Amino acid sequence: MPGAHAIVLRGAVKRYGDIVAVDHLDLEVPEGTCVGLLGPNGAGKSTTMKLLTAQAIADEGEITVLGYTLPGDSKQARAESGVVPQLDNLDTTLTVEQNLIVFAYLYRLGRRERRAAVDRALEIASLGDRRTTRVDKLSGGMRRRLLIARALVHRPRLVLLDEPTVGLDPQVRQELWALIDLLRSEGTSILMSTHYIEEAERLADSVTIMSHGQAVATGPPRDLISEHAGDEAVEVYGSPAKLAEAEAAARAAGLATRRTGTSVAVLRLNGDAPEGERRATNLEDVFVLLTGEEIS
Amino acid sequence: MSTVARRTRLRRLERPALLGVLVREMINFSSYWRSTTFSATVEPTIYLLAFGFGFGSLVSTVGGYDYVEFVGTGTVATAVLFSSAFPAMFGTFIKYQFQRTYDAILAAPVDTEELATAEALWIASRAGVYGCVPLLVAIVFGLDVAAGMLLVPVFGFLAGFGWASFGIFVSATASSIENFNYIISAVLTPLFLVAGTFFPLDSLPEWAQVLAQFNPLFHLVQLVRHAAFGFEGASDLGHVAVIVAFGLLMWRLAIWRLQRRLVD
Repeated sequence: MPGAHAIVLRGAVKRYGDIVAVDHLDLEVPEGTCVGLLGPNGAGKSTTMKLLTAQAIADEGEITVLGYTLPGDSKQARAESGVVPQLDNLDTTLTVEQNLIVFAYLYRLGRRERRAAVDRALEIASLGDRRTTRVDKLSGGMRRRLLIARALVHRPRLVLLDEPTVGLDPQVRQELWALIDLLRSEGTSILMSTHYIEEAERLADSVTIMSHGQAVATGPPRDLISEHAGDEAVEVYGSPAKLAEAEAAARAAGLATRRTGTSVAVLRLNGDAPEGERRATNLEDVFVLLTGEEIS
Repeated sequence: MSTVARRTRLRRLERPALLGVLVREMINFSSYWRSTTFSATVEPTIYLLAFGFGFGSLVSTVGGYDYVEFVGTGTVATAVLFSSAFPAMFGTFIKYQFQRTYDAILAAPVDTEELATAEALWIASRAGVYGCVPLLVAIVFGLDVAAGMLLVPVFGFLAGFGWASFGIFVSATASSIENFNYIISAVLTPLFLVAGTFFPLDSLPEWAQVLAQFNPLFHLVQLVRHAAFGFEGASDLGHVAVIVAFGLLMWRLAIWRLQRRLVD
């Protein structure tokens, strides 16, 4: 039934020459939910985002956004979606308000709605007192908030967030999380790509972990954690030789392990846990298990 | 079902999409119009004064016209070229490569065709206005006012649309901003010099005169002179036709290249 899903990708493939950026990807965003797209750099997250606005055209597969089939009906889909890009592309010599007015036009708001829409966007971004400030005079956090507000000026049913908090201070990041959470509570569908695991864990109803253009796991963060990493982990510290030994022993016992840099985390415990510090498993454990320890 | 009515497909070249891109340009223009207007007016005026009085002291009349009047009408084409091809080349490159503005616009309900068209329309409008500056300067220096001059902004707009589209096409094709040098030296400079702006073409060898027929700038120079000194009927319609054909060709080429550049 149309409308049940804000986004559906079925077997989407996108190639750039010999490189397969998106490789038979299946992805669903049920309406009114926030889905996190998690993966290391180069996993295909940004390409997936570009497919959804028809700024990249899939070589194979089916893509529907808000019930519209892409790429043919992408313009309608874009009219009802908002996009927050990874790279800041605000008009820096314009004021905060002017940036929003431009997008009120681009999103085809009527003359009477424009003023109210800009005011509302300013309020969402808490930039009411910066209305006439030029963008190049704003702090990094304010610019990000404006970038998000700009995507919301026409009250989209779907918001695509591409790495919304990359490169920001923890305080600013938390501020933006509150903003995204507010959107979700209002029933807006959200697809958010990120490589900050905590971000996905906190905000997403469901997470899809991508690796080499494919979805390697999908589900609510809690379910993914217990399925792939178990409920508890043990961190073993020591010399490199001791770490290698602990790793070998755990693997021999049928347990999963991951290196954290300073320790070996033993996961999927089943009774015979090694000596070490116990802690709750998290999404990062799943992420590293599924996308590999080596940086490709 | 209400969703069916909603599902009518949006058309091509829609007015709201063009308007959105134009509004962005207009609001941006309000922040930099002084510098643009300065260069668009001062540059052709310097050409006019330097050639008009420099050469004018050697040759008093050319083709039956006062040399200052000859150059004053000719540099309209120069002003149109400078205020359309160059902003289109550099502006487009900066907007897609450095500022990523076009990524933002194409994420809204705007297609590449609408984006390129609106950008060309905007630059063409500016070129139509700035093109009048040399004419006004020439009037100050004694050129007689004629009713036909009212059409000069229209001619400037038509030619400006072609040159703006040319600039977008070049920009979307070039792999780096340095490559513009090839176009500027090998294409724009000869076209600009061999357009009948500073000297009449009938003194050139025959092959050069034939080639000049393919130079849209030559046809603009002719139109502007005739607007000031009297139209020549069918031949002027021919000049308009060449400029319009140039505009249409460049417009489609610009869309084609920009689409390839912006959509993977």
